[in-house]
Amino acid sequence: MITFITSAISIGMVFLYGCVGEILTEKAGHLNLGIPGIMCMGTAGGCLFISWYMNSVTISNTFFLWLFLVLVAILGAALFGALGGLIYSFLTVTLKSNQNITGLALTIFGAGFGQFIMDQYVNRIKFSQASVLIKSSLPFADNLGWFGEIFLSHGIFVYLAIAIAIVAAVLLKKTAVGLNLRAVGENPATADAEGINVTKYKYGAILTGSAIAGLGGVYYIMDYIGGSWENSSTIEGLGWLAIALVIFTMWKPDLSIIGSIIFGALYIASNYIIGISFAQMKLLKLLPYVITVIVLIVTSIIGKKETQPPASLGVNYFREDR
Amino acid sequence: MKEIKSNKAPLFHVSKRNDQTLKSAILVRTVAIVAGILFCALICAIIFKTNPFRIIFELFNGNFGTERRIWMLLRDTALLLGVGLALLPAFKMKFWNLGGNGQILMGCLATVACMFYFGGKLPDGVVILMMVVASILAGAIWAVIPAIFKAFFKTNESLFTLMMNYIAAGLVAYCLNGWVKTGSGVLNPLSDANLPEIVNPYLLIILVVAVLTVFMYFYNKHSKHGFEVAVVGENENTAKYVGINVKKVVIRTLILSGAICGIIGLLIGGAMDHTINTESAKNLGFTAIMVTWLAKFNPLMMVLSAFFIVFVTRGMGQVQTACGITNNAVSNVVVGIIYFFIIGCEFFIAYKVTTRSGKTIGQLIKEVWLSFIALFKKKEVKKEELVQNDDETVTKTDKNENGEVEQ
Repeated sequence: MITFITSAISIGMVFLYGCVGEILTEKAGHLNLGIPGIMCMGTAGGCLFISWYMNSVTISNTFFLWLFLVLVAILGAALFGALGGLIYSFLTVTLKSNQNITGLALTIFGAGFGQFIMDQYVNRIKFSQASVLIKSSLPFADNLGWFGEIFLSHGIFVYLAIAIAIVAAVLLKKTAVGLNLRAVGENPATADAEGINVTKYKYGAILTGSAIAGLGGVYYIMDYIGGSWENSSTIEGLGWLAIALVIFTMWKPDLSIIGSIIFGALYIASNYIIGISFAQMKLLKLLPYVITVIVLIVTSIIGKKETQPPASLGVNYFREDR
Repeated sequence: MKEIKSNKAPLFHVSKRNDQTLKSAILVRTVAIVAGILFCALICAIIFKTNPFRIIFELFNGNFGTERRIWMLLRDTALLLGVGLALLPAFKMKFWNLGGNGQILMGCLATVACMFYFGGKLPDGVVILMMVVASILAGAIWAVIPAIFKAFFKTNESLFTLMMNYIAAGLVAYCLNGWVKTGSGVLNPLSDANLPEIVNPYLLIILVVAVLTVFMYFYNKHSKHGFEVAVVGENENTAKYVGINVKKVVIRTLILSGAICGIIGLLIGGAMDHTINTESAKNLGFTAIMVTWLAKFNPLMMVLSAFFIVFVTRGMGQVQTACGITNNAVSNVVVGIIYFFIIGCEFFIAYKVTTRSGKTIGQLIKEVWLSFIALFKKKEVKKEELVQNDDETVTKTDKNENGEVEQ
């Protein structure tokens, strides 16, 4: 049971990165269906930087080796994720293209791009070593029993995800920047009249969101599955679930911490229930998707204001439109 | 009060274009596609470390090199076009059906299930009839579930249909698990009750889709249903006002959409693969969205856009093989970049960009082009001068170039 909760938290963080990134983007009024592609790009960026770092740097001090490894991974993933976000925001904000179409094109591009970089330019010789380093947790976690295992046995990226989610929640709820961002997402014309630079906020939110989503990809590869790589379709699937999680958590980053762990638990439940046949396991793997559908239906039937997306989601803003 | 930093007008001014003409729209799109292809050829040339002409040669070689390749190009175009036709009425209605993959997969699953259980036990004709009915039903059911909820509760259809894709893939994995006794999850191609071959394995698919294309053309342009779909897509309130039952139209259109996806699944399962796996939909559902959108919902233009996308995808496959790269990701990258160019160019069709000096981008490009030609001519003149006397020309050309920059 304890291992179940622990690994539910682990896989849930992949969703959390994608979900918080998507929430920021959607709060600016842009439905980014390119998040799966951006996560693939982030994976490629992070892994590319890690492979350069691991193959060129020799630091004997384990702490500094770990510190720079984490920084390099974050930098690479965020950079490549933001690159995907830049393509998306240039097309949808500046050139006012259709958001759904652009997002889908970005997913197709990002999946291919991630796959290509990973296969051609990333040298994975030292990836298992890097993965062990990235996973390394506090040394005294093992001595604290179940509490230590559930809460303290994770690598740095898990706590980073939660920290980012909390910061995003505070930013959106408590600060002027967050208020302005929500105004841009709800009614950009009013925000514009207020003197808010709509374009700047949209670019900022989309780029930040994409960078965060990019971290999810590198976390999945380096921490969750321990440095192995097959193809980008797994990450793509996780990305779609992250987008679904946004609706599940009703556009709230703080709720998404719990939501992502629930999703994580559903995602891996089939591996942990004892005494079921292989066929039943296949059916159980459908749980997160079925639950998402049910949540979609329930929230749309209830139709409360708090459970609805930002009012101008999916609509591009053009100042001269009336 | 904030101080105004400068009294200059913004560098670019964007306004809606009122003078859209078909000619300028076609011109902009052509430029975008050509620019996209050139950009990709350049990138490929860098990646593969070869010259761009070889890439363009392999691009054509991969599509037209042998008779078999031409047939496969036509078959893949037909399949993609078929899915595009299925999604067409739904998109026209602004219903974001991202579930093409799942609907195809369910059609394919129904087909293969009929082949698996009844193939060889009943006469082939009966089984094929069952396959047709089952695949159409399966596709339609998979599309109509989100449609019902969209119609009655306004449930977000794009995520709903997306999730249905994964549920369909899960069902396929479950069935395969039951069917394949070895536990490998790979079903060997079934030999009974395949769809009949006409001349070769490709022509049947092409013919079916050709019939579908004609049907959808008339359905969209010249039928009452097509008109209702267009009105609902433009404005739901208008539709209600003129007495259209919006819920009925949504559900009916999605049944049609899913049914056609089911037929494509039938073709994939019965006439092409004769087996199924979770990737049997070959991501056609997503690619077809681009096909439909690039063609601006015109079934005849969709033939072109589907052909173009398949051409690039298949051609890039050949380029990779020829250049010794084993994974199939580069074609996705290239296709993605070309999508970006085409998506971006729509802006220049719908909007006019004016610079501070009051010129549009089109005029600016023309000017740059003209001055470029002028520069070229001048340089030729300079070369002649250079031959005449060497001492003066050095200072003279410097002056000339400075003068031009200032202009």
